[in-house]
Amino acid sequence: MQRIQETDRLNAGEERLRNLLIRGLGGDAPAYHAFLRELSAHLRAFLRKRLARLPDEVEDLVQESLLAIHNQRHTYDAGQPLTAWVHAIAKYKLIDLLRRREKRDLLTDPLDDEIDFLSSSDNEAAEARRDLGKLLDQLPDRQRLPIVHMKLEGLSVAEAARLLGMSESAVKVGVHRGLKALAAIIRGDA
Amino acid sequence: MKTDDLVAMLATGAGAVAPNAAARRYAAALGLGMSGAALLLAILLGVRRDLGAGLLLPMFWVKLAFVACLAMASLFVMLRLSRPGLRLAWAPGALAAPVLAMWVLAAIALMRADPAQRAWLFFGDTWTSCPSLVALLSAPVFAPVLWATRGLAPTRLRLAGAAAGLLSGAVGALVYSLHCPELTAPFLGFWYLLGMLIPTAAGALLGPRVLRW
Repeated sequence: MQRIQETDRLNAGEERLRNLLIRGLGGDAPAYHAFLRELSAHLRAFLRKRLARLPDEVEDLVQESLLAIHNQRHTYDAGQPLTAWVHAIAKYKLIDLLRRREKRDLLTDPLDDEIDFLSSSDNEAAEARRDLGKLLDQLPDRQRLPIVHMKLEGLSVAEAARLLGMSESAVKVGVHRGLKALAAIIRGDA
Repeated sequence: MKTDDLVAMLATGAGAVAPNAAARRYAAALGLGMSGAALLLAILLGVRRDLGAGLLLPMFWVKLAFVACLAMASLFVMLRLSRPGLRLAWAPGALAAPVLAMWVLAAIALMRADPAQRAWLFFGDTWTSCPSLVALLSAPVFAPVLWATRGLAPTRLRLAGAAAGLLSGAVGALVYSLHCPELTAPFLGFWYLLGMLIPTAAGALLGPRVLRW
């Protein structure tokens, strides 16, 4: 009986997060914000459990996963369980980090536990070691400035375009490519 | 950097996302790739002159169905491997089925043939060039398919690279069949397959490096 209630609770959590994401993908910014905020707590719990020996890496990897989920959000299929999608991305980023660190002994932790993903959550947002300002400084202006105006100052596409003397589509492309470039800098490709 | 700040930044002005990204990307990549392969075929080899007569032979259609089935199955695999958290389900079976069917046809053809004919059924007239031409024609498909996959989110990079190679190989073989005179099942079941496996191996080698995100 208790197990059934537990399953119901998880399903309700999955359903609510999924609705937030689907509304977010449709352009509802507050819903998308709520989705990312709640997801970051689940990611933190998930990664903290698996990075017990690397506690300093947890928040960095939470942020890297969030950035990946945002950049790759067009790969979510509305008919698919959200948990499976998020879990696959978090697991991919975790393995990528472990490979990067070349600590093979850490790969022994079993990673096939997507069922548990929504069962724990951790809202205690620590500060990651990397600094957004320094990361942004590494981007070329045509990517950095659209991100600063649109994503940090909250200007609309039209306002940012006018301010920068760029076309609206160039601003959108700049933001999109800039966030992808940030992800590449973080994983050490660039 | 605080995670809440990052979340706020990502959510600000995020806008709507067009659905079916994977399907649209692969449609564009395959359109581009097939035109490239067809152009390459026209420049280098030309369409076989008796293609009209070939259309009347059942084996021509068997050949076309063989490569088309492989292309569709590998496209299906690709669509699943390029997005996180999707299982392959029955896809490996769909890939194996056309190959096994062709091998059954090949076995029947070889058994029923006169022993002196068997070598020709297997080697045909063009076995030396067929695999490399299939691989060559797959190249214009391979690049756009890799590009499409890169813009999505494959999590099993080696497998996704191999699937991208197989998809391009099958499309390359489809285009090549407009030129190729061979129509025997033993030939198709070995040399065509070998040609498609060349880009598959290349994809498996390149995948982990090219597809990382």
